[in-house]
Amino acid sequence: MEKVLTRNIGPDQMPTDMTAYKANGGYVGLRKALSHMSPKDCLKVISDSNLRGRGGAGFPTGMKWSFVPTEDKCTPGHKYLVCNADEMEPGTFKDRLLMECDPHQLIEGMILSAYTIGADISYIFIRGEYVVAIQRLRDAIAECYAKGYLGDNILDSGYSLNMYVHPSAGRYICGEETALINALEGKRANPRAKPPFPQVSGLWGRPTIVNNVETLCNIPHIIDRGADWFKTLGRGEDSGSKLFGVSGKVKNPGCWELPMGTPIREILEDHAGGMRDGYQLKGLLPGGGSTDFLVPEHLDLAMDYNVIGAAGSRMGTGTMIVLDDRSCPVAMVLNLIRFFAQESCGFCTPCRDGLPWTRQVLEDIESGCAESEHLETLAYQIKYIGAIGNTHCALAPGAMEPLQSALKYFYDDFKQHISGGQCPYHKGA
Amino acid sequence: MIIFVDGQEIEVKQGENVLEACLNAGLDLPYFCWHPAMGSIGSCRQCALVQYQNPEDTRGRIVMGCMTQVTDGARFSLNAQNATEFREAVVESLMLNHPHDCPVCAEGGECHLQDMTVMVGHRDRRYTGKKNTHRNQYLGPLIQHEMNRCITCYRCERYYRDYAGGSDLGAQASRDHVYFGRHQEGVLESEFSGNLVEVCPTGVFTDKPFLKHYSRKWDLQSAPSICSGCGVGCNISPGERYGKLKRVHNRYNHEVNGYFLCDRGRFGSGYINSDQRLDYSGLKGAGLKSADATFAAVHQSQAIETAAGWLQGKKVLGIGSPRASLESNYLLRELVGRSNFSSGFSDAEAAVVRSIINIQKTTVATNPTIKQMESADAILILGEDITNTAPRVALALRQALRNKSFELAEQLGLPEWQDAAVRNLAQDQLSPMVIVSAMDSRLDDVASQLISLSPAAIADFSCAVTASLQGQESDDKRVQQVANMLSAAKRPLIISGSSMLSANIVDSAACLAEALQAHKQAAQEVMLSFCVPEANSMGLGLLVNEDKRPLRLSRLAKKIDTVDAVLILENDLERRLSQSELDLIFSGKTRVISMDLLENNTLARSDLVLPVASYAESQGTLVNAESRAQRHYPVFEPAAERLCSWQWLLQLAAVMEHKKLAGIAHFDQIVEACSKSQPIFADLTAVAPDHSFRDRGLKVPRQTHRYSGRTAINADVSVHEPPQPTDCETPLAYSMEGLNRDQPASLIPYVWSPGWNSNQSLQKFQAEVNGPLKGALKHSGAGQRLIKSTQQGLEYKLKVTHPRMQKGRWQLLPMHRVHGSEELSAYTDEIAELAAQAFVALGETVAEKLGVAEGEMVVVSTADQEISLQVKVLSRVAKNCVGFSVGYDKTKSLRAGDSVALRRDKSWQPPQVIATDRGVASNGC
Repeated sequence: MEKVLTRNIGPDQMPTDMTAYKANGGYVGLRKALSHMSPKDCLKVISDSNLRGRGGAGFPTGMKWSFVPTEDKCTPGHKYLVCNADEMEPGTFKDRLLMECDPHQLIEGMILSAYTIGADISYIFIRGEYVVAIQRLRDAIAECYAKGYLGDNILDSGYSLNMYVHPSAGRYICGEETALINALEGKRANPRAKPPFPQVSGLWGRPTIVNNVETLCNIPHIIDRGADWFKTLGRGEDSGSKLFGVSGKVKNPGCWELPMGTPIREILEDHAGGMRDGYQLKGLLPGGGSTDFLVPEHLDLAMDYNVIGAAGSRMGTGTMIVLDDRSCPVAMVLNLIRFFAQESCGFCTPCRDGLPWTRQVLEDIESGCAESEHLETLAYQIKYIGAIGNTHCALAPGAMEPLQSALKYFYDDFKQHISGGQCPYHKGA
Repeated sequence: MIIFVDGQEIEVKQGENVLEACLNAGLDLPYFCWHPAMGSIGSCRQCALVQYQNPEDTRGRIVMGCMTQVTDGARFSLNAQNATEFREAVVESLMLNHPHDCPVCAEGGECHLQDMTVMVGHRDRRYTGKKNTHRNQYLGPLIQHEMNRCITCYRCERYYRDYAGGSDLGAQASRDHVYFGRHQEGVLESEFSGNLVEVCPTGVFTDKPFLKHYSRKWDLQSAPSICSGCGVGCNISPGERYGKLKRVHNRYNHEVNGYFLCDRGRFGSGYINSDQRLDYSGLKGAGLKSADATFAAVHQSQAIETAAGWLQGKKVLGIGSPRASLESNYLLRELVGRSNFSSGFSDAEAAVVRSIINIQKTTVATNPTIKQMESADAILILGEDITNTAPRVALALRQALRNKSFELAEQLGLPEWQDAAVRNLAQDQLSPMVIVSAMDSRLDDVASQLISLSPAAIADFSCAVTASLQGQESDDKRVQQVANMLSAAKRPLIISGSSMLSANIVDSAACLAEALQAHKQAAQEVMLSFCVPEANSMGLGLLVNEDKRPLRLSRLAKKIDTVDAVLILENDLERRLSQSELDLIFSGKTRVISMDLLENNTLARSDLVLPVASYAESQGTLVNAESRAQRHYPVFEPAAERLCSWQWLLQLAAVMEHKKLAGIAHFDQIVEACSKSQPIFADLTAVAPDHSFRDRGLKVPRQTHRYSGRTAINADVSVHEPPQPTDCETPLAYSMEGLNRDQPASLIPYVWSPGWNSNQSLQKFQAEVNGPLKGALKHSGAGQRLIKSTQQGLEYKLKVTHPRMQKGRWQLLPMHRVHGSEELSAYTDEIAELAAQAFVALGETVAEKLGVAEGEMVVVSTADQEISLQVKVLSRVAKNCVGFSVGYDKTKSLRAGDSVALRRDKSWQPPQVIATDRGVASNGC
């Protein structure tokens, strides 16, 4: 497959600056849009392309943008585009790659997106630990200002946009778009109640679009080469290509750009090189720490949003975490629950106090001092915390996903912990 | 519009949320983070119920009642198993870290968390891990902090910051370690911090003075009462046990204070338990004045006889009091005769109050309730620091400023109760509020424009705005801006008051309101409101309003030699007369009889003093700034030989065989006589039910039905069981027997309902959430407006008088303080601590010129005295003006408008620091 998002990225390639980016077809889409296309035209192309959000939820990008009120339906004032670069999902490192190695691709995507929705101010809300990405983005933005790609009257089009990099103080919840907006405003990073959605009342109460890095990186290519071209990239029902990653006990962990709809088996075996010798695949989290486990029977499923959804999980960020037969699934879930309990913003009760309770039950099980009632308590907690709507945002239901599927697929492991009075994987430890 | 809850059809109001609808229908749906005055944020997830898509849907899904707007025909279930299970799970998680110490917790017995835990049926704990613990902070003398009890409902932060505008308390940290406190230990800065006690659904923030002499809520004896701290007339519910006033809680009145009080109102009643209270009548040197004479305690009857001897058949003057009840003032006036009665106002106070009353009687503008003020969409404040002169009103103004955000929310179809969403939408956009005042005010932080002018210039400015509305152009751009702001508004509010003691300001505000109403005709509802100095300033003002030539206090002092005796009612004249005038009153041969409750210099110089009951030990009517007459009832019987002042006066009248008062023996008879004395008081009898009121045959009980130890309460003193005091003067009984349900709103001593032990039980007394009390609908509302405007408007001939300022002299202007300026509350230890020192307030340039900094001392010299005062540096101040703290002992003799010279106090040395708790010692280690 032709590399699209990663055409300037590879083990042997240097990070691009403006010259290198332009030399490989950069800013063509931008020139095209600003000179020949109205924001409405751009929106149509993006809608037609069937691009879906790459941050995890897979919401159609064109539809999301269409909710931004047009000038005549909106009180006068700023509109904002925010890039969600707060990549904190366990096992996920795709956005980092895009920002560190090809910052201009993101910036061009953002200018185009901002132009489409009529935003005049844009922010890159970036994970604070991504110091290299922060520096490269800042350098790239400076280049853009110097060359007239940002600031007033971009490329003499009459369109103006300012762009700022905002390093996050660091919380997982900042990846939730409304918590991100609160953090950007200098408030506590608690998610907001929806509705109203940010498209109507977002940053500083103004219409705001928050998109993931990878989503935005797709925009220049779609604008440049059209919706039909983009649709042909996918192998299944979803359009475009996607960065897929694999971590865990595989021979060749990493991140690759592959067509949407690539089967899991292909990613795992062809690209990640299969399991390391002596390890068997027991299960995998297809899209980060807050997705349900899939098991070997699911290996031939295509990595498409709806296909993975139908199998009871979510494609999430598309970066898999592999569980092997020599690692304890209870310990893995406990580790994840610890993370989510730690990262709860503390706003709503089921998440703030429910997750630590779940953590404590899992700790009891893992340390072998649990009774069979503990499993009932877990089931009770999954019902209590796991449903969207029971909590204020999706963090706690997401945290419950690996747990509920682990209970489904690895129930025997849980039982053995209880009946044996110790973790079967850590005997004698 | 209807919704179905568990098959039951419920009538609901469009736009409200399901939680409100359920509570209004009398259903018990538990909640924590939602507050009727603060709306919803959806954080606690406690008010979960199941919503069904249609009649066929049997599964439904869990929604939060407080976050779900009602829609016609919507179907819900409160009792579905997944709903009850979910609500129980929420409480079980809240209990993970909550201490298991209810029996010894200060909140126990009135804890909303306790109630909700019982309500959801949670009992057995499954969590076996360790509990999280926190360190508590010192938050000042008023609020006790106990973070381990916290259930993280965010109510405190939302109340303190969002509602009350405070900045020094907030949520910190995250996950199950969220901490509500200050950035470091220290006194809470807000004047409204006390409401945290009632806002917190459990015991994180509790009433600190109450803890010093703690009682359970169910052991408190309470009565409906009115705060005497200022002219706002907030409704309060004080609680007593063992003869001590234990605490004051808010008493809901939807037109006045709603759910909240200021800290003076909540904590300023400690003086009632003070050692400085008078217990017995005191007769000085057998009634002969001499400098070293000390008082001898005498029996009530002897005091009455002595007084009667001095008064009967003699020429007697009476001095009333704006902090005494209308009934006491009325009786005194009848006793001495109308022409011999002086209101007891200072001359300046009298003039301002007279102006305010005359305006209210005639104005075409609306005289708003506090609730109405909250609907204002533009505010002009003239000459008043409202947070310090009428604190509860300032809290309402902060809410009015949010009308801009409600306007924006409406455009998005967002209901007002979606609190977080509305705030996020509006951010810092507020409705416009212009403050024209001489110096800093505590609403400056939310004003759209600040204009600093001297009192005379404020009146001029207001006249200029009036002229501008009438078509005259002004050179002053600000005049035009204010005129534009007011005329663009639908419900503009002009608010002024008496604190500058300038009738000019008050009159100019009225002119402006008239002009504004004329300008826009009926399209606008112009509101005009005034802050008045004391709890009954308006009642007293109305009493003397029809007098052609009222006896001014200064004139009374001058003619003192022509009379035999003067009878002073609850009035410390030192606060109102100059030293020389005081000397006239006290050094002549005239006998002075004073009735009061706390030691002061007026009492010390009197010949006979009679100890009176405080507001909490007596009944009376107080008329607030909007002319609303409200009645307070005794919470407990006065101790020792204290009597209500009206009782002293009735006894005197009886002994003196006063003809006009001959038929009067009871409180209700005074009310009736007073109501007939002037047409303005006609509705006085309708203020509250009289003593004959019975609810289903019973009086209203002051005690809860769980009141303990009633028969043994004094067993440590005497094993004989004393009879319960009988109360034949009021509709209340010193008893546990009776109903406390939907009686008239003015007769609710405390709130309690089965299953609802905390103050959240209030909703069971309300006709609807945030609405009037059931009793206010069924019977008359809470209180009676006495003044009904003729709406004729007044012909104002305003002539603003400008003081002539000499070079090197400054005009002295009063600065009121929530803590310290009010006479009685200042005797409360905690209030005195917060009041700190008397001060003189200077602008930065003046301070620089004098070479002084904040905290240093400056000598203030008036024509006849020199006082060294601590310096407070202002951030804004009108030209040639300096402020002084009103009501402090040290500044009692200073008067508004005095022309003063200032100089640095050279004798003052900064105190040497020996040790400090501020972290870094002076030697830097």
